[in-house]
Parts: sequence; C-alpha cells; structure tokens
Amino acid sequence: MSAAEEAIAEGHEAVEAVPKRAMTLGTGTSLVVLAALLVVPMFVKNFIIFQMTMLLIYGLAVLALNILTGGSGQFSLGQSAFYAVGAYTSAVLMEHANINYALTIPVSAVICFGFGYLFGKPALRLSGIYLALATFALATAMPQLLKLNFLEHWTGGVQGLVVTKPDAPFGLPMSQDMWLYYFTLAVTVAIYIFSVNLLRSRSGRAFMAIRDNEIAASSMGVNVALYKTLAFGVSAGITGVAGSLGAIAVQFVAPDSYTITLAISLFLGMVVGGVGWLPGSFVGAAFIIFVPNMAESISKGLSGAVFGVLLFLVIYLVPHGARQVAIFGQQLVGKLRKN
Amino acid sequence: MPAIRVRLGAFSAALVLAVAVSTTASAQKKYDTGASDTEIKIGNIMPYSGPASAYGVIGKTEEAFFRKVNAEGGVNGRKINFVTYDDAYSPPKTVEQARKLVESDEVLLIFNSLGTPPNSAIQKYMNQKKVPQLFVATGATKWNDPQNFPWTMGWQPNYQSETIIYAKYILKNKPDAKIAVLYQNDDYGKDYLKGFKDGLGAKAASMIVIEDSYEVSEPTIDSHIVRLKATGADVFMNITTPKFAAQAIKKNAELGWKPLHFLNNVSGSIGSVIKPAGFENAQGIISSQYFKDPTDAQWKNDPAMIAWNEFLDKYYPEANRADASVMYGYIVSQGLVHVLKACGDNLTRENIMKQAASIKDFEPAGLLPGVKVNTSATDFAPLSQLQLIRFKGEHWERFGEVLSGDVGG
Repeated sequence: MSAAEEAIAEGHEAVEAVPKRAMTLGTGTSLVVLAALLVVPMFVKNFIIFQMTMLLIYGLAVLALNILTGGSGQFSLGQSAFYAVGAYTSAVLMEHANINYALTIPVSAVICFGFGYLFGKPALRLSGIYLALATFALATAMPQLLKLNFLEHWTGGVQGLVVTKPDAPFGLPMSQDMWLYYFTLAVTVAIYIFSVNLLRSRSGRAFMAIRDNEIAASSMGVNVALYKTLAFGVSAGITGVAGSLGAIAVQFVAPDSYTITLAISLFLGMVVGGVGWLPGSFVGAAFIIFVPNMAESISKGLSGAVFGVLLFLVIYLVPHGARQVAIFGQQLVGKLRKN
Repeated sequence: MPAIRVRLGAFSAALVLAVAVSTTASAQKKYDTGASDTEIKIGNIMPYSGPASAYGVIGKTEEAFFRKVNAEGGVNGRKINFVTYDDAYSPPKTVEQARKLVESDEVLLIFNSLGTPPNSAIQKYMNQKKVPQLFVATGATKWNDPQNFPWTMGWQPNYQSETIIYAKYILKNKPDAKIAVLYQNDDYGKDYLKGFKDGLGAKAASMIVIEDSYEVSEPTIDSHIVRLKATGADVFMNITTPKFAAQAIKKNAELGWKPLHFLNNVSGSIGSVIKPAGFENAQGIISSQYFKDPTDAQWKNDPAMIAWNEFLDKYYPEANRADASVMYGYIVSQGLVHVLKACGDNLTRENIMKQAASIKDFEPAGLLPGVKVNTSATDFAPLSQLQLIRFKGEHWERFGEVLSGDVGG
C-alpha cells in the first residue's frame, strides 16, 4: 500500500482540516465578484451567458460536494445520481404536470434531501474508500434506473424529455438566456450564503468535528450518525437544485447525461477548486467546463491526453487547488502593502 | 440625452443606407450568417471521446472529404470551412457545442451531428433558431417529422424501416415461424423492435416467442443466447451492435442452434463482425445493406470503390478501410455538397432546407446499385431503400429487389 492509499484508507487525513474562517472569501472580495457576475452578462453574447449559467450550475453541484467532503469528511462519487434526480424531478413536473419552473426547484431540493438522507443511513457504516465505492455504485445504477420500463411513461426512457425554456416574467426586456442566468445567479447566491452560514453554525462545527476526529466528536456529545446523514442530505439537496437548473438551462434530460463521468467531473472540480474552500467550487466548475474545450482546441485527436496533462500539472503545482493560489495572492498583496 | 439620440439617428440612417447599397450590389446573391462569396461555414458535432468514440471516424472522414472539395475548387467557388467539435456523446455538452457553433462561430448549418440522445437535445433549439440540423447521423425514426421540426432532417434508412423489411420477408417465406428477438436495451434497440412488431402486425404476439434485452455494459451475451435457444425458436432476430453480434454468431454455432438468423445492418461489417465470429459460423445469415461494404471482395474493381480508395490515399491515408464509418462519412459528405451545389448563390438557411427537401434520385458514389436518395417537402428521410443480403462463403450476396420501408416519424 502506497502512502497515498494509506492516507485515504485511514479516512480523514486525505481531507485537510480547514479552519472555518478560511472557508470563504472576505466580504469585500465577495462583493466585487458578485458585482462582476451581475454586470458582465449585459455585455456578452447569449452563448457566453449560457456558459456562465452552466458555470454557476456546476459550481453549485461542486459546492454541495464540498460541504460533504470538505465539511464533514465523507467521500462521494455518487453526486451525478442526485443531480439526475433533481433534473428529472423538474423536467417531469414541468412537462407532465405543467408546474412553473421556479416551483419545481424547492420540490427537487426536498426530494433530493430525502433521497440523500436515506442514502446516508447505510453509508454510516462505511468510511473512506468504501463509502466512495458505495456512492460509485449509486452513480452507475442511476442511468439504468431511469431507463426502466415502468418509469418510461414519466421519464421518456432512453429518449429523454425535452424541457421548455422559460421566458422572462413581467415582460422584462431580456432574452431567455439572460433571464435564466439572473435566476440561476439569485438561487446560487442564496445557496452560497446558506452554505457559509451552515458551516459557521453549530451544525457546521459538528460536521468539522466529525471530519477531524470522529471519536473525539462523539465524546464531545456530537450525534455522529445524525450529522453525517444530515451532511449527505444537505449535499444531495443542493445537488438536486443544481440538477433542476441544469435541466432548465440545457432544455433536455436523458439518462446518458448523468453517467459516472459527471460524478467524476464534479469530484475533479472540487479537488481543483480546493477541498473545503467554498468559493473554489466555482473555480473548479470553470475548470471542468472550459479546460476540456481548451484541450480540444490544442489537439482534437489527443484532447483526452492534453486534458490529463493539464490536470496533472494543476495537481502537481498547486495540490490544494485554487485555494492555494488565492492564499498566495493574498500574501502577495499583503507584502506589497507593507512595502 | 438629445446628443446621443441625434447620433443614434444619424447612425441608423447610415446603416439603412449601407444595407440598401449592399443589397443592390448583390441582388443575385443571398446569404445568411455563415456564408459569403468565398466561404461556407459548416458546423459538426462528433463523439471524438467517450463511449461512442469509435464513430469519431465519421467526422474525420468528412473533414478529409471537404479538404478534397476545397482543393478541387470548392462548391460554386466557395470553400467549405468545416468546424467540428467533440461532445463525448453527452447531451448537455452537445447543447453547449451546438450553441457555440450557432452563436459564436456563426455557422450556416449543423451537419451530420451524431447520436440519438445528442441530437434530441439540440433539436428544439435548432428549430427555434431556424438553423438547419441537416442529415443527422442516427437511424432513429423520429427525424422524419417535417411538420413539427422543419429544420431537422435525417439521412440513413431508419431502424424501423429495416426491421419492417425483415418482418415482411418472414411473413411471406416462413409464416409459421417461432421468433426469438434479442435487442439492446436503449433507443436504438427499441426502435428496431417497434419496427419489427409493426411489420408483423397482428401476428406479432403469436409469432414472437421470446423478447430478451441486454445492457450495453454487459461483457458477454452468451447467457441470453442460451435462454433464446431453450424456447425452441426457429427464427432469430438479432438486434445487437458489432461486438455483441459477433458473440451471438459464435455462441449460436457453439450451441448448435441453427435458426433463420436476421442480423441488423448496424452489425453487417465483414471486417469487424463476421470475420471475428468465423465465416463458417455465419453462413446463411440474412441482413440488409444500402452502401457497399469496403471489405467485400466483389467491389474490388468497382469504379466508386476505386475513387474512394484514391480519396483515402490522398486525404486520409491513416483511415482503417475495413471500418464502415469511413464509407458512411464519404457518402453523407457527398449529400451535403449536392445540396450546397443546388443552392447556387442563394445560401440562405431557408433555401438550404428547400433544396435538401427536393433531392431527386441522387446517387452518391458508394451506395448499392439501385439505392437512391429522395426527399420531398413531406419526406425528410433521404435514404429509405435497402437490399436484402445473405452471407455465403466469405461475402454477402444480394438477393431480391431493392426494398423500400418508408416510415414517418
């Protein structure tokens, strides 16, 4: 067993203990980023707006995984399953029951929370790589479950479902893409604030105590079973919301959209963004959206290999991902100020 | 704000003037985004990576073919600029790439994007944007729907029409057959199965003794074949992709099960299916074809095959000539060039669809003798003819007439 495998097998060392203050950006920086996110869409093409929407959506999904792994120290390769459940919930409600798209999102959140919470129950007995394997099984099973005959009437089977894209309400003079972007941005900001507060709260401290040392946490009176399943539930709920938004933005759901590849991409996004650093989730999402395109433009035949090399460079040069870059930047600014 | 308003007014006046001048200057020539005097920009989406990456060869062949067209002077003097992207067969990625092609690269049309789920994902978008989604590379039946999707058109004979032809053959030649069906559990398999049942009509329920499906992720289908044999069926409808088709043929021989074996043409390749399964095991299998199998010795001196080999030698020397996808890409590219030529100097999206919907008896090099491309305003299925073939010795033998199995979407 190599050193890396040992680190994972023992469970908690692979996730570095992140102090809760280091999990977020400063208020000033956050406001600048938010202002940029609000203003940029007014000056770019619809296609770029669509890509930014996808960035926010994948960012949310990575954020959800970050709460689970960075917060409570549990691994998951099954996020694509929760994402699929969210996407299908919205699609089915919108297309078969004619429910307004905005109302389907809380429904997805609740259903996915329940699903994640229930899945978290058996997962309690597993940790480290074994948990990763169990969730992996969930991710591989999901696309086939969606194809099941008796669900086909609702899910459209292998053909999938086409979703109608919503128009801007109240006759607002903006394109569908721009409206959806602002809608997604509002949901994202709300969930981001919720997540930051969650990790700063009593529950968040309990998550982190479990992550750092389960035995110590339980001897301090933390209900380990409850908080572990709760972390799964919250993570699944947020992933479900991301899935719903994704279905509306892409206007199509099909089992082939939610394979294990998606789960691995989200995992990748989390590592690249920095495990446990919430703003990094969006950097990670940018990585999984844009770097494959870059790799393709470098070489069509070898895009996978180019992507691999780029990923390798990132992991080798900045093993803690975007967080490391951010800290470096902060120190640099600090030094410049002193001079 | 008055200053700005005045300037805006002046600007729009200038714009109107400019547009007026340019329209008079080119009264004969009409262009939409993506076309100009010197260039036609064509978009394409292929799974160069991911589970269906074997089909990426089609995109590479097309790119090589348009290089040939450009080297020979282009289409009506315009060069084809072929922009092709990878979607890894993932529908959300297809949407992203389609939007990139339409909104960022500003192509005139998207040509031969591959796969049923990816094309389903962009169909609504393409029709909303009124950008042609021309000659999609999938055999699903739903692309022939000009009423609801006037900007989407299929290409190859669809799956349902193929199995309808087999069903008709069975009803005629073996009306008391006991049929075992094996199909892949996805859109492709189910589409085939539907055509087969429709073809058998009311007798489907009594004739089909077992319907068994397998998942594409299964390593082998041997156990399915054992189950099918146990029913005592004397006709085997084999709806499987190449790897599984070879397994099925081999397992049949091992078990000594000798039903009348129908094999879908997806797996008709001699190089990648029959040869690995063993020629002696494949005798008498019935399938269908619409283009010439490059690995079939009978076409060795055929002029179309010689031209195809010359094209590959010059523009795509690394191609695997046993791969049917190379021939597929070669034929469908000719289809696009045919449409673009017919458009002349009127390269609007509307005219593209109009010309694509009025192809009459076009015979691209590579199709079987007698198979022709035909479309109309109500028929968006360019190829719908097939020829039955039977395996004998080391190649397919054509028999009977070219059959048509037109089905609407």
